[in-house]
This record gives sequence, structure tokens and C-alpha cells, in this order.
Amino acid sequence: MVASTDYLLAVEGLTVSFDGFRAVDDLSFYVDKNEIRVIIGPNGAGKTTVLDLICGRTKATGGSVQFKNRELLKMREDQIVHAGVGRKFQTPSIYDDLTVFENLELSTPGSYTVFGALAFKRTGEVIARIEEIAEMIFLSDLLDQKAALLSHGQKQWLEIGMLLIQDPELLMLDEPVAGMSVAERKKTAELLNTITKGRSVLVVEHDMKFVEDIAHKVTVLHQGKILAEGSMDAVQADPKVIEVYLGH
Amino acid sequence: MSDVSTPDPRQSRLFTASELLGYLVLAAVIFIVLPSVLDAFRLNLFGKYLSYAFVAIGLVLCWGVGGILSLGQGVFFGLGGYCMAMFLKLEASTPENTSIQSTPGIPDFMDWNQLTELPWWWVPFNSLTFTVVAIVVVPVILAFIIGFAMFTRRVGGVYFAIITQAIAAIATILIIGQQGFTGGVNGITDLRTLMGWDIRPDSAKTALYFVNGVLLFAVLFVAHMILKSKAGRLMIAIRDREDRVRFSGYNVANFKIFVFCAGAAFAAIGGAMFTLQVGFISPTLVGIVPSIYMVIFCAVGGRLSLLGAVYGALLVNWAQTTFSESFPELWLLAMGALFIAVVMAFPLGLAGLYDDYLKRHIDRLLAPVDRMMMRRAARKTSPKAPAPTAQAAE
Ligand SMILES: Nc1ncnc2c1ncn2[C@@H]1O[C@H](COP(=O)(O)OP(=O)(O)OP(=O)(O)O)[C@@H](O)[C@H]1O
Ligand SMILES: [Mg+2]
Repeated sequence: MVASTDYLLAVEGLTVSFDGFRAVDDLSFYVDKNEIRVIIGPNGAGKTTVLDLICGRTKATGGSVQFKNRELLKMREDQIVHAGVGRKFQTPSIYDDLTVFENLELSTPGSYTVFGALAFKRTGEVIARIEEIAEMIFLSDLLDQKAALLSHGQKQWLEIGMLLIQDPELLMLDEPVAGMSVAERKKTAELLNTITKGRSVLVVEHDMKFVEDIAHKVTVLHQGKILAEGSMDAVQADPKVIEVYLGH
Repeated sequence: MSDVSTPDPRQSRLFTASELLGYLVLAAVIFIVLPSVLDAFRLNLFGKYLSYAFVAIGLVLCWGVGGILSLGQGVFFGLGGYCMAMFLKLEASTPENTSIQSTPGIPDFMDWNQLTELPWWWVPFNSLTFTVVAIVVVPVILAFIIGFAMFTRRVGGVYFAIITQAIAAIATILIIGQQGFTGGVNGITDLRTLMGWDIRPDSAKTALYFVNGVLLFAVLFVAHMILKSKAGRLMIAIRDREDRVRFSGYNVANFKIFVFCAGAAFAAIGGAMFTLQVGFISPTLVGIVPSIYMVIFCAVGGRLSLLGAVYGALLVNWAQTTFSESFPELWLLAMGALFIAVVMAFPLGLAGLYDDYLKRHIDRLLAPVDRMMMRRAARKTSPKAPAPTAQAAE
């Protein structure tokens, strides 16, 4: 149905309706290799839902999502992860009852099967890799701390670390700086700058300053449809966008 | 790599010093204390209680760690018990022993129900090897089917609990209804010998108590290994945030099916040991009520603690025997009250109390031992540790 493309991610005609309400409506967009794409839009525009559809959390009603020319809509969540798509959730989604170290350990690729997990050995390599990631996400000193005890910002970082250790080709981040202090925000922007190198990133964010800093291209979503798409400057100048979103 | 003399606390070890102490204390209780203070009759009773501990250990894995509450563990306990009983019953039903029946050589209850031939699915239970395999495999197959049907459809929580409860009810109804094949409401009784060895005298019961104890430790060890593996940590993660685990790349259903099957296997071994020690099995051990009792044993002991589950099974059953002799009607109420009290006030049961008040002190006392064990573990797992080879390579 969909021709083979050079895009890393090709979303075409993507639609989902919840009891007749079309949260995402015939949506098409394309993400290049190494592109950082930001999706913005008012509350309830369907931004989170788009990410949910791509990563398999919500089942689409129609359309197609091709990742490296493989149809994701037919795959289970874990298969989509193995294909190379990683996802960070809007509210920090980590394992509260486990330590920071264990959170990262479980996110380390490999030994995904039951028997693989039973036989898994915590080797020096695994430990070293986890320590390296912990350093990047500013949590080196808290490796043995229960994740539940982290601050909100630290939880966000931990979840970013959990993605990072998966080393996905497409990284999807849902409001990565929401609820962070100014200082944390700055550190996060730096962190994202380093980790987004060499992969494609799909970010949902409300913080315009942050969007300006990182976006290559911006897609504006409104009522499940694309309102505008292009460079940050072009989008900010678009009267339709100003009316429904930026004007507030 | 870290220096061997400053052990890395993250180096995974099978046992910490305080865990090891916990197992040693339990071993002392089961193999030394109880046998020396109890007479043969009471020891046999405690053996029966310990056969429930197998189920409670399985529930720690499924419910405590994995968050899967099954109210149907009695089914697996019963399947193990019935498999064992079928073998023992066939051995007891020799043509000589049953010569007064209209069809000699088949179990008595079949004869009473006008069966004239052993049903085909009873025939393999003439073999002890088959029986031992079936005790574990039959319940695991059932658990697999239930688990596969439920968990791949993402049925969980209360719905899963209710469905397992319904399965327990159905199992009882089936057993009672198919009297000619199962012995009906009376169950399978009048079991005598195991490969010619009479299981009824006190000496045999005492021997079986020790066999039961050894098997309990084997099951504890397997459960401990599962909990200490990455699969164990994944189960905690699944209980915490099932959704996130999927996005870490795991097929959650497979892990749930696995622990549910493990819990079923443990329960079934307990059931078989029940039959051997008590000398019968009946549907009263299979249905909803015993299944809920088993959850209570686990809750009282502490649903996160393998050792707690064993003490919970011992304590609640001992209390039941003691109190129900004097206040039979009150016991059920007391049991309900106990469950509510534990869930409301001590959600982690006895083991939780131990963790809150005692563990700290014991850990402090054991700290030197623990460091020593850590160093030994590090030396074993670290490839760079043996100095001579490192020098040779230079
Ligand atoms: N599972 C669901 N069932 C029913 N309605 C849903 C479901 N998921 C999302 N919706 C609806 O779809 C719409 C889009 O929601 P979505 O969470 O994608 O918005 P958003 O753009 O991420 O908003 P925000 O900026 O507040 O995060 C909302 O109206 C929401 O109520
Ligand atoms: Mg959202």
C-alpha cells in the first residue's frame, strides 16, 4: 500500500477514534534520519495520542506507520522497541520499588525472554555501562537509591536514561522538561543535546524556548489534524497557529 | 573493574548473610526443633501445615512479587494431590485386596459406581515415574493454558482473581460430580503403601515429614533463585508499572505465565506431599475456601517474603487447629478478621514486622560476615581477580 521511502518514520493517514471521537484524524507526516521533530499544539490536540499510536500503546483505527519500511501498527509494544523505537512518557514512568541501578539494568537491551532473564548475569560490562549512563543523567551518586525517593526532575532524567541505554534509532519524548525547575531544565536541554546526536527524535513540548533551542522542524497539531508544519520561524509567523495556540 | 578488597555492593550474590541465616534458622526449626518437641502425631500435623507452605511460597512469587492474585491455587494443590492419590489408590486396589468387589482390581469407589473397567486416563498412574512427572506437569499445563488465555489478553487484577476463583469452583463441582472417576465428595481415601512401603505407621509419617522438609527447601531454593534473577526484578517492575516494562522491550505476558506456572508447580508438589502424609485427598482441599486460606497464609507471613510464607502457613494452621478445637464456629470469623487486620495494619505480614524491628539489628551483627561473603562472591565472578594469570599475561 505504502511505497518504500527513505524516511526513518512515515506516518500516513493515521486515525484513531475513541467512541466516535477522532483524537487523531487522517494524520500524515514524515521524519528523516537524524531529524529532531517537535510536535506542539494546545491541550487535547492529540500529541500524546500520536506517540501512543506509534509505540503501540493505543491501537489505531486506520492508516499506517512505517519505521524503516516496517509496518509498526501490526506489531506488539515489545517488538516495536526491538525494532528501534524508544518512548518516554509524559508523567515519569519508572519502577518505584527498584533502585536507580536496577531501573537501568532492566532497560539494558538483551535477555528479553523469560529464560534469558533467568540466566542473566550482571557482568562488569553491564555495570560499567549503567555507571556511564548514570553519569550522563546526573544520578551517579544515587544508583542504589529506590527510584520512588527521587525528585520529580530526577525521575524524568532516570526515564531518559532508561531510554538512552536502549539506544533507540527513534527517540520519542513526551514533555521531557515539564515540571522541572529552571536549573533542571537547563541541564536537561544539555543532556538532550548530547543524546539526540546520531538518532531521530520526536518531541512533544509546550515550552517554546526549549522548542526553539532544539527543533529542526515543528509540526503543529490541532484537534487531531496538522495545522502547520515547517521551521520554527515559519510556524510562529503562521496566523492560524497564532490564533489557536501561540496567541494564548 | 573494582578492586577485590572493596567489594561492589551491586555485584549480584545469591545470598546475603542475613538471608542465609534466615534459611538456617528455618532449617533448624523444621529439621531439629519440631521433630524433637513434637510427638509423631503432632509432627505429622505440622507436616500437613508445611505442605500448604509450598502453595504460600508460590503465592509470594505470583501475588507478592508479581502482583497476580490467584484465588484458585487449591486447584493446583489438588491436582498434585489427586495425581499422587491415584497412584497410591491403584497400588492399594490389588485384585486380592478388592476380591469382594463385583469388578476386583479397580478402586473401590469405581466399583460402587458401577464402573467395570479402569478408565483409560487412570491406567498410566500405575507407573510411579509417570505419576511423579504428572504431579508437576499436569498442573503446569493447566496453569499455562489459563495464563496464556488471560495474560495475552491482558486480563489482570481483580478480573484474574475472580476467574481463578471460578475455576476453583468448577474444579470442585467436576470432582464431586464425576464420582465414579474421582471418588466424589469423599475423595480418594484408604491409601496404604508406596511401592510396597506402608505409609500409615508413625515411623513412615515421620520419614515423610523429613522428605517434605527437604522438598520444601528445594522449592524455596528455586523460588529464591527466581527472585534473585533479573526475571525476579522484572516481576517487581511488572507489578509496579506493567506498561513501562513493555516499552523496555519485554513481552509481559510471558513473564506472568512463567510465574503462574511456577506457583502451580510448587502448589502441586505440596498437594502430593499432603496426600502422602495425610493419607487421602478430597475436593474440600481444592475449592474456593481452601484457595482463599492459602492466600491468607501468605498474607499473614508476608507476601514479599519466601520465609514469611512458610511461617505464615505454620502459624495460621497451628492456630486453626488449636482454636477450632475449642471454638469451631468462631474460627472462620477469626480467620476473616485476621486477614482484614493483616491487610489493613500489616500489609507485609510477619516478615514486614521483622524487617521493621529486627532486621536492622541482625544486619548490623552480621555485617562482617556479609562483607566476607561479598568478597568471596566478587573473587568468583570477577575474571580479573586471580592475580597470577594477570601477571602471566603481562
Ligand atoms: N484512551 C482514550 N480514550 C478516550 N479518549 C482519549 C483517550 N486517549 C486520549 N483521549 C482523548 O484524546 C484527546 C487527545 O489527547 P492527548 O492526550 O493526545 O492530548 P495532548 O495533545 O497530549 O494534550 P496535553 O498537551 O494536555 O498533553 C483528548 O481529548 C483526550 O481526552
Ligand atoms: Mg500529552
